[in-house]
Amino acid sequence: MGLVSPMGRNLEENTAGFRAGRMAFSPVTLFDISRQRVATAGQVDLPSAAPDSGISRKAWSRMDRGTRLAWLAAREAMAAAGLAGGEMPILIGTSAAAMPIGEDYYQQALVTTSLHHQQLRRVELYQAQRQMTDMARTLRVDGPMRIISNACASGANAIGHAFHLVRSGRAERVLAGGYDALCQMVFAGFDALQALSPSGIPRPFDAARDGLALGEGAGFVIVESAAAAKARGARVIAEILSYGAATDVHHLTQPHPLGDAALRTMQAACAMAGLVPEQIDYLNSHGTGTPLNDIAEGHAIQRWAGEAVGKIQVSSTKSAIGHLLGGAGAVESVISLLALEHQFLPANLNVREADDVCTFDLVRTPRDAVLKRVLTNSFGFGGANATLIFAKEGRE
Amino acid sequence: MIISITGTGAVSPAGWGVDALMKALRLGAEITPTLLDRKSVGALIQTPVLRVPTEGATTPKFARLRRTSPISKFAAAATAEALGEERLAAITAGNLRVGVIFTLINGCVNYSNRFFGEALADPAIASPILFPETVFNAPSSHLSAMIGSHAPNDTLIGDSSGFFSGIDLAAEWICRSEVDGCLVVSGEEIDWLSAEGLRLYSRNYRPSEGAAAIYLEAAAGPVKLLRLPDPISLAANSRIDAARKIRENLCASDDGHTLLVDGRAGVKRYDLPETSAWADWTGPRLSPRTVLGEGMGVSAAFQIVAAVESLKSGEFRQAAVTTTGANQHAAGILLGC
Repeated sequence: MGLVSPMGRNLEENTAGFRAGRMAFSPVTLFDISRQRVATAGQVDLPSAAPDSGISRKAWSRMDRGTRLAWLAAREAMAAAGLAGGEMPILIGTSAAAMPIGEDYYQQALVTTSLHHQQLRRVELYQAQRQMTDMARTLRVDGPMRIISNACASGANAIGHAFHLVRSGRAERVLAGGYDALCQMVFAGFDALQALSPSGIPRPFDAARDGLALGEGAGFVIVESAAAAKARGARVIAEILSYGAATDVHHLTQPHPLGDAALRTMQAACAMAGLVPEQIDYLNSHGTGTPLNDIAEGHAIQRWAGEAVGKIQVSSTKSAIGHLLGGAGAVESVISLLALEHQFLPANLNVREADDVCTFDLVRTPRDAVLKRVLTNSFGFGGANATLIFAKEGRE
Repeated sequence: MIISITGTGAVSPAGWGVDALMKALRLGAEITPTLLDRKSVGALIQTPVLRVPTEGATTPKFARLRRTSPISKFAAAATAEALGEERLAAITAGNLRVGVIFTLINGCVNYSNRFFGEALADPAIASPILFPETVFNAPSSHLSAMIGSHAPNDTLIGDSSGFFSGIDLAAEWICRSEVDGCLVVSGEEIDWLSAEGLRLYSRNYRPSEGAAAIYLEAAAGPVKLLRLPDPISLAANSRIDAARKIRENLCASDDGHTLLVDGRAGVKRYDLPETSAWADWTGPRLSPRTVLGEGMGVSAAFQIVAAVESLKSGEFRQAAVTTTGANQHAAGILLGC
């Protein structure tokens, strides 16, 4: 697995940050936010220069910010898995894709009708599939590629698709993950919806929560059959037990108030895994910090867990790094895998008074824990809902 | 498991409905473009485009569609046509689980253009109504809501090979019994941003728009999926090599009874991979983009609909459909009666 988030540029930095309960918000410097209500976000400290090895300066210069984040996380995932390329499908989730390049194209087109070559370059590099194909080439990965754009569930869907490809025997291994970078249009969009917390500090599940904070980053995993991993002596981090997906048709931007689709995905994932809710040791919630999301997810967790709800340990790591949109599901999957690997619970920060819906065990500070199985939820604009369940390798 | 295509729908510059599309393809003449005007720094920029005609619209009456941009309206009409009233009633009654897969390149570019313009001018008054419609999966979300389906719904972005990936995913869902049937839909809409962008590649491109939908289910229908090879990635293959490999993997028989529906648009430089890969093909051949224009994501969907309808006419035994995308894959499918 590999991870780039506002908390850090690799697994080690992220593990340290989440174990310490750090927050990673800073002033946005990527574009003009002087006329926005909110001026901070989870921005990755990403060097503009190409990394020392693995990619040419020219290839790096053609990548948009999001693809650079994805490349770093994918490369870390492949290195951790002992892979240097090869034939495998690529499953990627993104929502904004290379939007900053599209923004440049738009602004240039308004002021000049010349500069044909520069504009053609922007049109070409704006396309997510061009960026991801270039990424695959530099990683020496060859295989069919699916780019899933289900808004904020995209990254989780990508890992879920990969799980099915391997489970069905269609592929031995898959490179899967999600990414999104901060961009002006999306930032302005969430601000226009008044979905951003004016303070810049998201407080998921707080009784007085007032919105989310945006973030950026990428998370990637190698999903591989147990037989293939064993055959090449790969270290197995965890097993994917199940994936549930459903569609919330209540409203384009608002979840069903009782979390019907969220309940469906959690139930479907548990059924596929053959688990009951009390066997889930940690639930990484979607937990955006918006009034409507958290109440809906809270109700869904209550309905799903029933009488066991008080035993379910829940946190939203968006409280520390923000909402990574198309990357969120993949990044939070990797955070859940880090929790499994290092046996700790990442915290749901910034809660002053928990909402009444929190009849579950809301993890407000990081703590050590014995974890065998973790569940992560991702819900998107448009109603795409996804749940993944992971188990520590060697479970009973 | 036998998977068949048992429903088709289309909205194209030829008109609303599959019949209009097929009539235009039979005539074989390029549809007359209209000019899309835009003023920029004092100059008038005119882009010839093939628009969906406003008359004859069949967009279903559904509250969520009121504020949507054209792509969602086109897609809703194509979806309703592909499903038909009987299936729609069965979904509403909870007797049919129908998944939705939407494939596209550009998406709601009209609203993206408008919203970003507003945000640059004054973010304080940028419309919160526009922004959600700019998200890639907004059209597919509207479709699931319109048909009342809680079954999985995925939006795939990619080059013109995306529709083939959508069919592949639909077949997966059907084989796993996650759905009883699956819609694969594609749509695009005209806006100066994308139309001018396309013509940066070649002045010979005619940007177009519309939507197409197919309905797949596990049944022995009149048109079956015979072969759907993995698409060939352009990460490790040139477009020429990728198109050639797809032809090899399709194993289509040039026996005079197989229709080739290719992705050529009449732009020599970009058509070269398919022209070259199928240079010795002597059988019947159809190039829908030369009639309907370059609809980007939706063009391959028009090709599939054309192939399905041609097979249903009884004139051919099989149809090979191919496209060589610009920057992701070459893809193809073999359909048969």
